[in-house]
Amino acid sequence: MSGSFSSSVAGRDIVALEGVTKRFPGIVANDSVDLSIRPGEVHVLLGENGAGKSTLIGMLSGLQQPDEGRILVDGKPTPITSPRHALALGIGTVFQHMMLVPTLTVAENLLLGGPWWQRPRTEELEARVAEITRRLGITVKLHAKVSELSLGEQQQVEILRAMVRNSRLLILDESTSMLTPKGIDELGALMRRLVEQGLAIVFITHKLKEAAAFGDRISVLKLGRKVGEIPPERFRALGEQAIISEIVELMFGKQKDDPEAVERPVRTVQAEAAPLLQVADLAVAPTDNAPGLSSISFDIRPGEILGIAGIDGNGQKQLAEALAGQRAATGGSVRLEGVAIEALSVGERRRRGLRYLTDDRLGEGTVGTFPVSINFFLKQVGAAPFWRHGVEQRGEIDERAAQLVREYDVRTPSLKTPVARLSGGNIQKVLLARELAEGAKVVIFNKPTYGLDLANTLASRQRIRDTAARGLAVLLISTDLEELLAMCDRLAVIANGALVGTVENTDDARTRIGRLMIGLAA
Amino acid sequence: MTGLFSEVFLSALLFGAVTAAIPLLLAGLGEQMSEKAGVLNIGIEGMMLAGAYLGFVGAFYSGSLWLGFLTGAAGGVAVAMIMALLCVRIGLNQIVIGIALTLGLEGLTALLHHFQFSRSYPRLPAADATIIPLLSDIPVIGPAFFKHHLIVYLAVALVFGMGYLYRRTQLGLNLQAAGDKPAALDVAGIDVIRTRTIAVLTTGALAGLGGAYLANVGAGLFIPFITNGAGFLGIVLAMLARGRPVWVLFGALLFGVCLSLTTAMQVAGINIPTDVIQMLPFLAVMIMLVLFGRRASLPAALGIPYERGAR
Repeated sequence: MSGSFSSSVAGRDIVALEGVTKRFPGIVANDSVDLSIRPGEVHVLLGENGAGKSTLIGMLSGLQQPDEGRILVDGKPTPITSPRHALALGIGTVFQHMMLVPTLTVAENLLLGGPWWQRPRTEELEARVAEITRRLGITVKLHAKVSELSLGEQQQVEILRAMVRNSRLLILDESTSMLTPKGIDELGALMRRLVEQGLAIVFITHKLKEAAAFGDRISVLKLGRKVGEIPPERFRALGEQAIISEIVELMFGKQKDDPEAVERPVRTVQAEAAPLLQVADLAVAPTDNAPGLSSISFDIRPGEILGIAGIDGNGQKQLAEALAGQRAATGGSVRLEGVAIEALSVGERRRRGLRYLTDDRLGEGTVGTFPVSINFFLKQVGAAPFWRHGVEQRGEIDERAAQLVREYDVRTPSLKTPVARLSGGNIQKVLLARELAEGAKVVIFNKPTYGLDLANTLASRQRIRDTAARGLAVLLISTDLEELLAMCDRLAVIANGALVGTVENTDDARTRIGRLMIGLAA
Repeated sequence: MTGLFSEVFLSALLFGAVTAAIPLLLAGLGEQMSEKAGVLNIGIEGMMLAGAYLGFVGAFYSGSLWLGFLTGAAGGVAVAMIMALLCVRIGLNQIVIGIALTLGLEGLTALLHHFQFSRSYPRLPAADATIIPLLSDIPVIGPAFFKHHLIVYLAVALVFGMGYLYRRTQLGLNLQAAGDKPAALDVAGIDVIRTRTIAVLTTGALAGLGGAYLANVGAGLFIPFITNGAGFLGIVLAMLARGRPVWVLFGALLFGVCLSLTTAMQVAGINIPTDVIQMLPFLAVMIMLVLFGRRASLPAALGIPYERGAR
């Protein structure tokens, strides 16, 4: 690679897009987008799901070619024909989904791509990695298997890989979506060090706060078009709140404050009513890849939202599954309306009004290849009126499904569309419609807004509030503390499979929960 | 039963085991490479048949076993090219194409053989053995393991060559990445299609060679359907070996012993119905699958055609 930093004097574009358009069957993914990417800048690409961010990245990294317009590298029009070509031009990409081979070590992953007739040059690599990691202040376990690393560590390896390959432009695609809050801050600091060394960074996100915190320049994409840009001069002049409201204006076309910060409406929890769900000393044995549960006790009254806060992987999923009956409990009791249900099957618990919205929407929540209509009734297969004598009643199903599609605003081309073709937000609506249907009394939500864009996140939250307002008991499991604080009446903190404390959602709840999460008494 | 444990019987049994194991070894090593790269190669039985037929024809008309091995390997590669074109490049279903290739080659080789030799089955002269000095003088072991055709020793050496390839070379890394996470290989700048094509063609060459050995050295003649499931045994071996060539060798020897037992026990005149004895190798397969099948670890992208940018 010949292009050194000297050729990319600050202020000149390393890469520029001019009127780039990309069409896929049925949609225009990018509609004459202009973009200038400069060294020493974090250029944030902000947009909701389906705004065309990923397509833009695909074209910069050589996976796709534009239909119209051109890409300039160092001022010269350059079609980027393949991933190899992109690497040779100094464009390194960290994709949203990890692009490391889990069965190989870190070193082997970094060596991938060398000429096939060569022996892997491990010593050379080690020296180079040592130099780069020292400069960036990160540590990387070169000889660990990738599958043994945390997601944050894997991401550092991917960034390191781009550096080892002399990248001048680093593209980070939705890189914070899998990280812990601490990991996100570390990534932000790392990006800052990288641009200080003269790199250009394109940072893709749909989170406004990250854009404001980490960016130098922001471009906002909406439905494939670039609807606005905040240049660095203006960026520096504005405060974080001002930037966020300007972005919101660009994205939604009207002025409003941080849309996620909704005032928590005062709800009337029927304090004297008997609890709908009572859990006492629930325990689950640990398995090879999941922690167990112990001493889980809580009550939820009608109209109440109880939040479960905690760092991901501390037994949240086990708790939800144990309550739903999908995981065998080794002790304790679960009472629904005062009746013990811990020995009942999954189906029986559901019939009695206990509903569970899984976070694994496509894996266990829906059958991707089945049409939308059938997915509404997956948990009632064989039951009247949708099935009679074992025969599917197409008419009944379609009629009720059409009603649910309207009621829950599911955006689907037709009832016959396989559910996997819908966006994440619309799949979630199908699940909501199914679980909240008649007969629900207690609803467990596991990470209900995970991976959804802003509009769908807000819609899902409203749906959960409405559920509680109808007098149902809601258990809301989430790793997003802001979400819990905005929604819940009380919050319990889970750590290592046990509830370590419960607090009322009052003004100091945030600090008390923070203390519980790091192992201090509230 | 006196004959059963005599020295002569034992060394004949083991000699037969090695002879029976070599085609399985070559097929297993070949399949292993395909699977490592993410291609489930069900067509390997067809590749072996092509190798057996062309290998026999080559050796029969030229009088040279080595030329026969060469034409056999070429026959395997020819079939593998079809597989690579349809499954790797165009991305058709690997299982369907594999079965079609096997069935097609079964018919084609039988037909060609019938045209050429009518109903006669001409034999090749017995293969020359390369006798290893000193080692071949050891009782039992010597005549069993050290009086084989040169290609047998080369095949065993290949086991270690493959081990080196997978553990120590760039190509080995690329192959594994192509099977476990092809998208990662692609964005690292290596052509996944090309990597997989190399693997499939190598499989063809090894399977063809195995078939040629089976016909030219093992049997000394070609009869239709001569492979009799050897390719499928190779698939089982590759799956149980968890990516390690040396386990293919052990597995092949184990199956070789079973196959050899069927002949040896008939020769020894033991009073068991031959049908039962002939079931032995397949019984062994089932036992091995029950014992080790659950621990077989296969590449994550095995059987999935790679398409750039597909999600």
